[in-house]
Amino acid sequence: MKILGLSAKDTRFLLIVIFLTLATPILLQPFPEGSGLATFNAGYPDLMQRFAIFGIFAIGFNILFGLTGYLSFGHAAFLGVGSYTVVWMYKLLDYNVVWGLPLAVITSGIFALLIGFVSLRRSGIYFSILTLAFAQMSYNLAYSVLTPITNGETGLQVYSSDSQVLLGASEPTTPHFFGIVMRDNFWQPNFGGWQFTFNNGYYFTAIIAIIVFYISLRIFRSPFGLMLRAIKTNQTRLNYTGINTRPYTLAAFVISGMYAGLAGGLMAAMDPLAGAERMQWTASGEVVLMVILGGAGTLMGPILGAGFIKYFENIFSKINDQILQGWFSWMPDWLSGLLIEISHFFVGKSWHLTLGLLFMLVVIFLPGGLVEAGQRIARLFKKKPPENGGKGSDHHPQPAPHVAE
Amino acid sequence: MSTTNFTRRGLMKTGAATGAGFALPTIFTSAASAFTNEPTGDTVTFGFNVPQTGPYAEEGLDELRAQELAVEHINGMGDGGMLNTFSSKALDGTGLLGKKVNFVTGDTQTKSDAARASARSMIEKDGVVMINGGSSSGVAVAVQGLCQEAGIIFMAGLTHSNDTTGKDRKANGFRHFFNAYMSGAALAPVLKNAYGTDRRAYHLTADYTWGWTQQESIQSATEALGWETVNNVLTPVGAGDFSSYITPVLNSGADVLILNHYGGDMVNSLTQAVQFGLKDAQANGKDFEIIVPLYSELMAAGAGENIKGVYGSMNWNWQLSDEGTQAFVKSFGEKYGFPPSGSAHTCYVQTLLYADAVTRAGSFNPCAVVEALEDFEFDGMGNGPTLYRGADHQCFKDVLVMKGAENPTTQYDTLEIVEVTPVEQVTYAPDHPMFGGAEASLGECNPGA
Repeated sequence: MKILGLSAKDTRFLLIVIFLTLATPILLQPFPEGSGLATFNAGYPDLMQRFAIFGIFAIGFNILFGLTGYLSFGHAAFLGVGSYTVVWMYKLLDYNVVWGLPLAVITSGIFALLIGFVSLRRSGIYFSILTLAFAQMSYNLAYSVLTPITNGETGLQVYSSDSQVLLGASEPTTPHFFGIVMRDNFWQPNFGGWQFTFNNGYYFTAIIAIIVFYISLRIFRSPFGLMLRAIKTNQTRLNYTGINTRPYTLAAFVISGMYAGLAGGLMAAMDPLAGAERMQWTASGEVVLMVILGGAGTLMGPILGAGFIKYFENIFSKINDQILQGWFSWMPDWLSGLLIEISHFFVGKSWHLTLGLLFMLVVIFLPGGLVEAGQRIARLFKKKPPENGGKGSDHHPQPAPHVAE
Repeated sequence: MSTTNFTRRGLMKTGAATGAGFALPTIFTSAASAFTNEPTGDTVTFGFNVPQTGPYAEEGLDELRAQELAVEHINGMGDGGMLNTFSSKALDGTGLLGKKVNFVTGDTQTKSDAARASARSMIEKDGVVMINGGSSSGVAVAVQGLCQEAGIIFMAGLTHSNDTTGKDRKANGFRHFFNAYMSGAALAPVLKNAYGTDRRAYHLTADYTWGWTQQESIQSATEALGWETVNNVLTPVGAGDFSSYITPVLNSGADVLILNHYGGDMVNSLTQAVQFGLKDAQANGKDFEIIVPLYSELMAAGAGENIKGVYGSMNWNWQLSDEGTQAFVKSFGEKYGFPPSGSAHTCYVQTLLYADAVTRAGSFNPCAVVEALEDFEFDGMGNGPTLYRGADHQCFKDVLVMKGAENPTTQYDTLEIVEVTPVEQVTYAPDHPMFGGAEASLGECNPGA
């Protein structure tokens, strides 16, 4: 079966992604409510929305980093610009996200054009440093000097005194898409202890995520994508053959900036507040981690990486000693005491440590990221190990390239 | 685009079918409860959202200890702490309205985004009825806004900016901690007695909303005394090195340096100012003085020797001698082995105040709780008689003026209480211009659902 100009293999791939995305509220609730493992359930609206949003962010970043090899450390700036744009549209027009989101993509695109035009004069480490400098500059401006526009540390939010010229009398006063309120759940079934939440906002972001995933799939398969890969492989050689690579890298930079702006806009669409720390360098670093953890240059990797990091941030950080005691209470006292002491170092406030260890393990043993792990497991179950370049391999990294190239 | 068998008609058909599919399940949705997260079982859950990593992690972890203690006391474990001295006797140590209190914790990372994510997971996943915590005003304002939208109660922890109960005040949000205006009003008379009315002040201010509101408050309070403001220099947050900002101070004609910094920034700027010899210097024929308007135990410990003789203000200190303070310090000390900080105290009190309001209202409904808390007068919580003002949900109580101790005996008494400023002196009108003026409004209480 072929649809939308994709090969049969890609069509199958896209359908799998669509299925996984739409079934997320069920897949992420594997444990019944009230059981000890319910802490590990992740199927609540906020986290699912974050999975989709950071998935979009990472997919976009992968178009730049995965294909051209240009490592930007400033993509959080576009995330912030997108958020501020959407909140400003709430303040000026009304809570319908339809005005803000396209504008967020446009403004972040313009920002990316300006920053990319300057930064792309250099490559390698100098490019990374330039983007980092621009992002930190945007962050500091947003934090203090531009407070009239960004509301500084407090974060931009909507006040009842704002003009909101399009606001109708019966219109919802939280973000909505033509009356579909993002925060509301349209179905909350309970099947024998399993509680599932189907949220408007999640499906809104999920559908957008599928669309932008399809776009990135097309970019990967296009002659333009091939040219970007050529830049990663050997830019000097391209230049010698008389090809000007700058327009290609700039286009990739702007596209990934627009993805970031869209993700930022969606963050504000799910939760009507934009804070300056969204632009901080740690946020830029986070998306780099997501892409590397999942597998740079692969289609599925960035999404997996985004989910992985957000899961740790939101689930592991909430496990406290009280919950640990609940798990180990059936053991003899000395053993449970010991286990609590040990696990104490890996959960709750120490979730960064666990994430860091796992990141190290992945980078050392699986340079291709989580996608490579999946690939290796799949290979175990196949009768004939495929040769290099076998079935499905171009969804995945070619064995060699190092992540930092 | 090569081959595609997608037609417009086909697309529309699929779209309509999908839409119908999504709409169908809504008819099965059962009637919603009266308010967000109405507790149905035999337990009720509180959310404690504090920084466990990042610059305010120390404060956050101390808050968490106090919150855990408060839950123990509400459930009738331990010695009861301030429940024995609290003027309202509604809480009897048997939980809340027949339910046992549970709690969940989260890490705000001192970032608004992370704080809101963690708060939303508490509301959506754990079904909390109240969120308590939040160090740093940006985080408090962000989480307060979220609780207002979601329809649960927010009991603010450590947040000192005027905005929290000023222009960003919300009907579902309450603050027990004092604010920058109160710091200024409390400090001014003490400064007048100590340093006279003819002084020239130089401000170094953390360049964000909290720093600005504090600087504005202190400037107006000191100018009312007759002091002159020579200069106000904004410094980046987390600068680390303040020497380039401190060098010009001595030659500026100022004879007082006011450090509107908090946490690690304050420790660094004060230490450097002392290293530059400002404390021993003379200017305009007077001794040069340094003032740190907002103190905390942790900052005092960080600055060590340098805080000797430096004035500042606090919400509460464990060295107070009233019954409530003693009861709290005793049960905290027995459990953890050291005295509680001011941020621990405010979170402990906020948790008890919420529980008490629920019991008096006889309901977890946020609107009933708001009604019970508004204009509520109480005593025995360590700050003397206190009023939760209904107009802006700010607590009004005495403010402590502190000074770095000359001869501390342990690492916990590096600050000494100079004066307890009576509440009348720090009270202001709800529509004060520093608090959003007449435009600021709480809005309507939101029960959600």
